[in-house]
Amino acid sequence: MSMMHVNTTVNGDEVEFLCDSRETLLDALRDRLGQMGAKEGCGTGDCGACSVTLDGRLVCSCLVLAAEAEGRQVGTVEGMAEDGGTLHPLQRKFIEHAALQCGICTPGILVAAKALLEQNPDPSETEIRYWLAGNLCRCTGYDKIVRAVLDAAAEMREDA
Amino acid sequence: MMALDDRKTNFKYIGTRPDRPDGLDKVTGRARYGADIQAPGMLHGAIVRSPHAHARILKIDASKALALKGVKAVVTRADFPTGLTGEDWNLQENVMAGEKALYDGHAVAAVAASSALIARDAAKLVEVEYEPLPHVTDVDAAMRPDAPVIREGAADYSVPEGMHPNVVRRIEFGRGDMDAAFAEADEVLEATYRTEATHQGYIEPHACLAQLGADGKGELWCCTQGHWFVRRMCASVLGLDASQLRVTPSEIGGGFGGKTTIFIDPVALALSRKAGRPVKIVMSRSEVLRATGPTASASMDIKLGMKRDGTITAAQGTFRLQGGAFPGAPTAETMQCAFACYEIPAILEIGYDVITNRPKQAAYRAPGAPMGAFAAESAIDELCRRMGLDPLEVRLKNAVKEGSKSSYGPTYPRIGLVETLEAAKAHPHYSAPLGPNQGRGVASGYWFNWGGETSVSMAVSEDGTVQVSVGTPDIGGSRASMSLMAAEALGIPYENVRCNVVDTGALGVNEPTHGSRATYASGLATIEAAREIAGKLCQRAADKWGIDAEAVIWEDGCAKPSGPNAGDFPPMPIAEIAAEMGQTGGPISGHFEATPNGHGGSFGTHIVDIEVDPETGRTTVVRYTVVQDAGKAIHPAYVEGQFQGGAAQGIGWALNEEYIYGTDGRLQNPVFLDYRVPVASDLPMIDTVIVEVPNPGHPYGVRGVGETGITPPLPAIANAVAGATGVRLRQLPMTPPRILAAIQANG
Amino acid sequence: MVEVNLWSGLRPLADGKDCVEVEATTVRDMLSALVDAYPGLKPAIDAGVSIAMDGRIVTGGLNETLDGVQEVYLLQRLKGG
Repeated sequence: MSMMHVNTTVNGDEVEFLCDSRETLLDALRDRLGQMGAKEGCGTGDCGACSVTLDGRLVCSCLVLAAEAEGRQVGTVEGMAEDGGTLHPLQRKFIEHAALQCGICTPGILVAAKALLEQNPDPSETEIRYWLAGNLCRCTGYDKIVRAVLDAAAEMREDA
Repeated sequence: MMALDDRKTNFKYIGTRPDRPDGLDKVTGRARYGADIQAPGMLHGAIVRSPHAHARILKIDASKALALKGVKAVVTRADFPTGLTGEDWNLQENVMAGEKALYDGHAVAAVAASSALIARDAAKLVEVEYEPLPHVTDVDAAMRPDAPVIREGAADYSVPEGMHPNVVRRIEFGRGDMDAAFAEADEVLEATYRTEATHQGYIEPHACLAQLGADGKGELWCCTQGHWFVRRMCASVLGLDASQLRVTPSEIGGGFGGKTTIFIDPVALALSRKAGRPVKIVMSRSEVLRATGPTASASMDIKLGMKRDGTITAAQGTFRLQGGAFPGAPTAETMQCAFACYEIPAILEIGYDVITNRPKQAAYRAPGAPMGAFAAESAIDELCRRMGLDPLEVRLKNAVKEGSKSSYGPTYPRIGLVETLEAAKAHPHYSAPLGPNQGRGVASGYWFNWGGETSVSMAVSEDGTVQVSVGTPDIGGSRASMSLMAAEALGIPYENVRCNVVDTGALGVNEPTHGSRATYASGLATIEAAREIAGKLCQRAADKWGIDAEAVIWEDGCAKPSGPNAGDFPPMPIAEIAAEMGQTGGPISGHFEATPNGHGGSFGTHIVDIEVDPETGRTTVVRYTVVQDAGKAIHPAYVEGQFQGGAAQGIGWALNEEYIYGTDGRLQNPVFLDYRVPVASDLPMIDTVIVEVPNPGHPYGVRGVGETGITPPLPAIANAVAGATGVRLRQLPMTPPRILAAIQANG
Repeated sequence: MVEVNLWSGLRPLADGKDCVEVEATTVRDMLSALVDAYPGLKPAIDAGVSIAMDGRIVTGGLNETLDGVQEVYLLQRLKGG
């Protein structure tokens, strides 16, 4: 079985890797590139724990083949904080609002929420709930997650 | 010498909401969970699982799998020791089938290979010859005389002659004259209630990395609620010495009781021993749903008598639970919690633990309690509606308080049910107007909580900061709570404490983070260890000042003379003592270990508004309020989180979630698309009220809060649906088709 | 002497009594005195029981003293999630 050679960009860094043609982007990120932030919760696109952006579009990386990343821009939770470690407002607000308990869904939810705020800087509670409906959280009941996203959006609008 | 007040009430740090210490790692993707652990040279494991609900295993031929390039080892039950008995045998049989596969998804063999893809391919090449046998997956069907026998001899002493061998335990308790008490009632209700099995649904599938040598020494990294449990269970199942196996917990991506036992861990260890290399196994979601612990399903008959003034005169229940192919359904807990909220003069409860061809049930948040509450609290609501009584007033009239005889026997110590009912009654939610097609339901619930084996160590660093070593994995922010309690007890800033969850090699036995015990028991031990350290710090200061240690007190992070007679010395801060501790007697540590049993039970009362679409039967949760006794909330944000999370899981159980078995005995919905847990758009904000009736068994008054919150939602929602539609659903989940059928049957 | 309340399932194993008296100063003494007096209780006690003393569940506390304890119950073994 011959391996495929893939050139891609992850969080702004050019990277290359070899992979089996059946490997998913999630597998490649985690096993080939050491980016463990995206998690596999289901492998069938139902839970959103593996959420990343591909050329700016929110995707479940378990449903994208690794080879499809060729020549494209991948964004993961590891790329959310600025160089130097300053957290994205969403990351800060998630800690402040206790919007995570076990934290396994947090990377995917942060990536998804960031994608939401990029296209809708002033979402309503309902809009946040429907946007995040593809990201399962079993611990929190979503209350504090939704509040954290509302608060981060408000802060980002003030700073804009 | 007691350097601190025995029971504090004026707190500096307790009750504040600082950032959790692991927050940064968890929002940046750096936190390492089960599947994130790697070792040089590691192999990947995959499990071969039975496609049959019940089948004799005639032959396993792994030759084709072993011939595949990259495959290093195959294990079957033949690679495990024989002669185990009791629960050890049950565990071994569950992690790897012996003579029979007992449920769809039961492990029958496992493969280790150089990549996960090769391991998966190889698993498909393992040829297993089965002889399918008749199966049964329903609890009532499994008790009938013609039901297939899953295993002879599994029943214990309690089961009377003549019952089906699938009935493995019978429980009975009660008191009072039932006939006389029912005769006193103005209304008597008799009804049957059913709940389906649901899964804990943690988002992180089970994962582990194992290394075991021919010398019997091993290392295991895994996501677990309790690594000493994992150590003991793996040692039993594999015939190892417990101390030779070191288990290190990763960060854990949810557990809810489902990660207090073992599934893949001993299999990975066995593969590693055979292949001579570390082996990692990560479950898929469908493996999690098919082969790890869901909860039990229940079928329950209730008879309840009530006077016109709302007094409950008598309660009778028969509770039938199946917990899969092994004994262990939480029947006793279901029975004990069902009527635990009420003082009832005459009560009779009978319960059965039944085995079926389903996966071995595992604990799920207040195991057993939600089913019992669904039956009992629905029945109370039915009588309230029949007689036009206010459901909160009726609950207040019958509520247990300190000195009440519980339905399960003992007399209650200080408890907080009445306080939650009063708070619910006073909450604006309870008097808010309802819209068309809306109904309001209330219900109360109880969980015992737990103490359990606990060992905590604490050490002062050279700069006066402090490290705490605990053995209870942090599922929902417990390191923040431990750090707050250590800070409070030592009078040092929260930021000066680092709490670590340490491996089995670093402490004595700790029970898992289960039974809502972590903040109670590890917290109590943290406070006691801090008190020991405070005493030692006082001694060092006394030595320096040349006075008796008895004349020194510890206050605000400093040693101080106890009064003017003790001498005139400026306060000596912890950092000053720590800086020279090497020259004044050596390291300063504290340690506490015990099996504390002053855990106080926690009661809760929930209010929910439901809107039902009369044309489709679809329900919407419009408003939700949780009121629960926390004793003392250490970090209120994470207490609220437990309340909200418990409510959300209960809502899922009530409305959507269920294990669906086909006539072939196979699980039909082993993916999140079909096993549908609540998503963000299904839920409203979940309001919380933290009631604090301090627990006398904890220095700061803590009661565990993790479990109670899943108990009231099942009946509260059924009660709200009855209010919205006028029809009573006695079977969960209340899916749109079921609600619609009930509305249509009602005309 | 200590009075021990038995849940109903245990009563047939103790000559139908719902409450029995044994001589004991600790939980361990109490359990062994119960088995001595009513050998039929042995399988149930070996299988695991929870003990409530004045409403506190003290399973795992064999050395707990019964001094000053007003009420003792033997219950089904409890577990948590």
